[in-house]
Amino acid sequence: MATRATPVVVVVLAVLAAWYVAAVAMNADLQRQAFDTAGTADAAWPDFVAGTWSQAHPRLPAPHQIAGEIGRSVFAVAPTSKRSLVYHAGITLEATALGFLLGGLFGFGLSLLVVHAPSLDRGLMPWIVASQTVPIVALAPMIVVILAQVSVTGLLPKAVIAAYLSFFPVAVGMAKGLRSSDPLHVDLMRTYSASRPQVLRLLRLPASLPFLFASLKVGVAASLVGTVVAEVTKSEDGGLGARLLAGSYYGQTVQIWAALLVAALCGAGLVGLVSGVERLVLGRFGGGR
Amino acid sequence: MGVAVVPPRAGSASASPAAGAPAPAAGAPAAVEARNLSLVFDTDDGPVQALSHVDLTIRPGEFVSLIGPSGCGKTTLLRVIADLETATGGTLTVKGMSPRDARLRRSYGYVFQAPALYPWRSVARNVALPLEIMGVPRAERRRRVEAGLDLVNLAGFGNKFPWQLSGGMQQRASIARALSFDPDLLLMDEPFGALDEIVRDKLNDQLLRLWDRTGKTVVFVTHSIPEAVFLSTRIVVMSPRPGRVHDIVDCDFPRDRTLDIRETPEFLRVAHRVREGLRAGHAYVD
Ligand SMILES: Nc1ncnc2c1ncn2[C@@H]1O[C@H](COP(=O)(O)OP(=O)(O)OP(=O)(O)O)[C@@H](O)[C@H]1O
Ligand SMILES: [Mg+2]
Repeated sequence: MATRATPVVVVVLAVLAAWYVAAVAMNADLQRQAFDTAGTADAAWPDFVAGTWSQAHPRLPAPHQIAGEIGRSVFAVAPTSKRSLVYHAGITLEATALGFLLGGLFGFGLSLLVVHAPSLDRGLMPWIVASQTVPIVALAPMIVVILAQVSVTGLLPKAVIAAYLSFFPVAVGMAKGLRSSDPLHVDLMRTYSASRPQVLRLLRLPASLPFLFASLKVGVAASLVGTVVAEVTKSEDGGLGARLLAGSYYGQTVQIWAALLVAALCGAGLVGLVSGVERLVLGRFGGGR
Repeated sequence: MGVAVVPPRAGSASASPAAGAPAPAAGAPAAVEARNLSLVFDTDDGPVQALSHVDLTIRPGEFVSLIGPSGCGKTTLLRVIADLETATGGTLTVKGMSPRDARLRRSYGYVFQAPALYPWRSVARNVALPLEIMGVPRAERRRRVEAGLDLVNLAGFGNKFPWQLSGGMQQRASIARALSFDPDLLLMDEPFGALDEIVRDKLNDQLLRLWDRTGKTVVFVTHSIPEAVFLSTRIVVMSPRPGRVHDIVDCDFPRDRTLDIRETPEFLRVAHRVREGLRAGHAYVD
């Protein structure tokens, strides 16, 4: 246990140390100005360093400032308050989950089409790939406006944007997974003259499970990114994206970083959740390799 | 015994019934009939001739072994019979049907050179796979899986996953799988290649008794001359690429032969002829 945790601890400590050093470098100008205006330009360097780590609007907040902000906005305010990060994370996760569900199902459906009809593979794949080359930041406002035109508002437009990003890894990963069966295993099905649905259910789907979970992990993370981008566009509904926007509007860098970090933690949690389901399912499907 | 698929017996009656075999219906079509069969693989490095002018008639109830140097086309011939590969020349019928129709009617059980078990299924569920596909009811499925695992000495291993079994055990499970739906034509590609001598003897004996009891037709690929002579009614000696039939050796031992016959002069005589055939075959290229 201890030996397994050691590398993680070392990396975390290294990142934190680098972060504190970077914070000094990034915030030095501001600190010098602040000491100049306060007439204490000759302050000792420990005071200077401490100053760069405790500014109200730093360029790069120090880790403990962000931790403090997260602590305040998670524990010090009611989870239903608009100043609570729990409240905003909840909104984000809701849209992420719905978007992931939509995107996952859509991507899975596409992979089935593409694998079973070679002509669709050639016809659809270029469009699927092209869809992901459009910057989502540019596309998100248009999706919101277009959906509002057909009176789709609220949670769904955000979920659609999340689905837009998450269907792609699932479609591509599953298309590969469904084609990954051992040729000998496919021959075996042929000798039984198994029907296509039987081959899918008994061979292609179980053989694609490792690919499925790999693409679901990418997909759920992409879904979170999509939701946050959508919330920046549609900030009136709240969510971590809205917190990011508000923070940058008012120059609240600490708030921005706090929202960012919580978003990252949400992402890690979601991927962890998928990994947990993966272990459970693969365990029932033979476990070891 | 409630087999899900009833293989049709109708078709062109060309071959005469095999002498001594447990009476296949008079006028029954040959189990396998190849005329001037050729197969050329189109590869990136140009065409590869895997089979060349193969003529072979296998009567119902026969046990025919294919023996020949590595790469001579034994697997390819078996795959053509199974409609996993399509011949590029000549004609081939399987039980009087085109290979495709024979495959669609589930006329044969195929044992691959590798076990080809599905790693996500337990051994028992692997053996049950063809039964599941053919719609055999669950209770009947369980009964047949148990009998099949018993037959290959894997009773008690049904709940294990393939990776928990040795290579030889996996191969035995794949034999149980091919037998589970009781096909009357068995295509076996070096099924015992991965086994030690003692287990191999034992399984040879069991296979022979199964064949004698059920009257199945077996097409059996092997590299072992004693194995071929012990098991077969006829041995097809193939020559190196392009694979063709170099010699067909009759093996007229009684159907209920035992491993003891391996000491008899007759056995050694047949083995010698097969060995000579293999040698002469090699002389074609070298
Ligand atoms: N799918 C394929 N594409 C191209 N060439 C092939 C293919 N399958 C087999 N061959 C070639 O055909 C020839 C016969 O192969 P085959 O597998 O039938 O040999 P074999 O007699 O079964 O050999 P072994 O005893 O080693 O199993 C070989 O030269 C092989 O390279
Ligand atoms: Mg072979």
